[in-house]
Amino acid sequence: MSTAVKDTEAPPAPGAGTPHRSVASRIVGRIGSGAVQVVLLLIGVFWLVPTLGLFVSSLRSPQDNSASGWWAVLTEPSQITLENYANLLDNAGFVSSFFNTVLITVPATLLIVVIGSLAAYAFAWMEFPGRDWLFLLVVGLLVVPLQVALVPIAQLYGGVGIYGSILGVVLFHVGYGLPFAIFLLRNFFAAIPRDLLEAARMDGGKEFTIFRRVILPLGGPAIASLAIFQFLWVWNDLLVAMVFADAANQPMTKALQSEMRQFGANIDVISAGAFLSMLVPLIVFFAFQRYFVQGMMGGAVK
Amino acid sequence: MAKVRLAGVGKTYPDGTSAVNSLDLDIADGEFLVLVGPSGCGKTTALRMVAGLEEISSGTLTIGDRVVNRTPARDRDVAMVFQSYALYPHLSVRDNIGFGLQLRKVAKSEINKRVEEAARTLGLSEHLDRKPRNLSGGQRQRVAMGRAIVRSPQAFLMDEPLSNLDAKLRVQMRAEISRIQRDLGVTTIYVTHDQVEAMTLGDRVAVMKKGVLQQVAAPQELYDRPVNLFVAGFIGSPAMNLLQGRLAADGDGARLTLGDQYLSVPASLLAERPRLREYVNRDIAVGIRPEDMEDAELGDGAEGTVLTSTTELVEALGSELLVHFTLGAPPVVTEDTKELARDAGADNLDEGKRSSGVIARFSPRSRTTIGADVRVRVDTGRLYFFDPVSGAGIWEGPAPAHQQKEETHA
Repeated sequence: MSTAVKDTEAPPAPGAGTPHRSVASRIVGRIGSGAVQVVLLLIGVFWLVPTLGLFVSSLRSPQDNSASGWWAVLTEPSQITLENYANLLDNAGFVSSFFNTVLITVPATLLIVVIGSLAAYAFAWMEFPGRDWLFLLVVGLLVVPLQVALVPIAQLYGGVGIYGSILGVVLFHVGYGLPFAIFLLRNFFAAIPRDLLEAARMDGGKEFTIFRRVILPLGGPAIASLAIFQFLWVWNDLLVAMVFADAANQPMTKALQSEMRQFGANIDVISAGAFLSMLVPLIVFFAFQRYFVQGMMGGAVK
Repeated sequence: MAKVRLAGVGKTYPDGTSAVNSLDLDIADGEFLVLVGPSGCGKTTALRMVAGLEEISSGTLTIGDRVVNRTPARDRDVAMVFQSYALYPHLSVRDNIGFGLQLRKVAKSEINKRVEEAARTLGLSEHLDRKPRNLSGGQRQRVAMGRAIVRSPQAFLMDEPLSNLDAKLRVQMRAEISRIQRDLGVTTIYVTHDQVEAMTLGDRVAVMKKGVLQQVAAPQELYDRPVNLFVAGFIGSPAMNLLQGRLAADGDGARLTLGDQYLSVPASLLAERPRLREYVNRDIAVGIRPEDMEDAELGDGAEGTVLTSTTELVEALGSELLVHFTLGAPPVVTEDTKELARDAGADNLDEGKRSSGVIARFSPRSRTTIGADVRVRVDTGRLYFFDPVSGAGIWEGPAPAHQQKEETHA
């Protein structure tokens, strides 16, 4: 972001990459970075084991799963079967819940990104009366817990006739996602040098052209990371779905929840379904992890 | 290309502070006008009002034959070079230069042709497909210039375009800007705080102080005939030495007392500037340019042209020596000189001081050394005189039109 204004010809920081490091300091450095790597590895394993367990469980029959733990597969690899997945795909209710999740998550994410970036641009760069007060209001909305709105919104939806529908769930997510989206993007946009916008204005840009051709490309990392966060939140949401989605429109999270029984659970359906529902966020994360990291670092490191 | 006219243009912010005060400027078609002044003098605000980036509070701005007070920046057909260059970091050099044309829906082939032509003029042809972050400071500056010239606008506006470059590159780009502007003949308004840039680039130079225009003139005239103490002290490096003196009649000429020494003011100078007679037996502010002083040992020092002191510092620049010494005359203290001191980063002038530091530009043949007595011959025909209260320059006849009375600054 700073490339346009700052000279890159600054000398390297003193001490950076000095060739004459002593042997001792090199050993200390190696041990230090080795320790960090060991810790990272442990964290990775710690995170991976339950995931692996879930995955293996989803590949074992219900009988095997109730007889022994998933690690039994290490001694008896023949247990592995795709039966659970086949059953799952035959289960029309579960397949439709997967599509419900997509139908909820994609529009909710898109709407938040589009509305949020437009609003953020206005809050950051357009002059209009009451702008700062309105922005304070948006910031204030960040701390309103979602739960306080459940009952009033449910009543409102009932009145309008969208209670139980996918539209209702989407609108609720958009409403609750926007304050954070506006807050995040506004701060990111405001850090773009004013000169760039003025240069675009001198170059003949109207407000929307400046937004589209200068702000959006420069705000790319922030917008991408916002989209990823939002996607994950909505994808994994259960509470909003429990309150606002009826059985026909329920997303995967709610479908999985309904498979839970008071005494035991349909482990075959749940493990396979849960793994499927994890898969999409994982793909999204790995596809966009570059932006994810950039967005998290945005503002901290130039 | 067009003339630009500012008639009584002013900028007052909502909180009541006034950045620019009733600015009158007539910039001819193809002229290179430099706006110069210390930081906070309103020169950048004035430029931004012409650009359309700042609203005009009062007065009329005309570009060509159009009054453009209410015209948005994009429709004024002027191009601006920013101090930060403001290159779009996500676009290649080619797209940076062509951006304005793209937004104006110029045909692709035409854009390509004009971008490449501009790149040739600026020596950027090999860098067209690079991103700004991969360019050096000088190259970025050129891209910023390219973005302006490719549009063939009515006027160029430049806001301290060279201040982020190192000294050597700055000299080079200064010549380049001058060449390009002359080749294209585009009306240019150039803002700087560097008086060397102002002197070397401008067809005319406008000096501003605290939002008020002080003087507009060709560089040499500004140097030779400053209308007041501020312009006198601001233009020239090292700055003009300003001392408090006293005039006394002495036959056809006059005798100028500086502390315990005196200089004879020749009769010819008094004949040229008859108003000086009004100051006889009164305090007067005297200005001496460093180059109007010389080591008296190198030539004849006639009676009444020589001041004596002790050399405190010699800066040998090869082609000349800058010799610092002290004279027993109080410094001039007015609003102008205080503003100059602030700009130079000095503490407030000490009003009670009885002596002033002076810098003279000696020939390198001078043998003066630190601590040695020095006899300084002054070219008394080239003394500058100012009213010690208003700071106005004392020249022949009535005061020049652009002069502003000190009281209006308050």
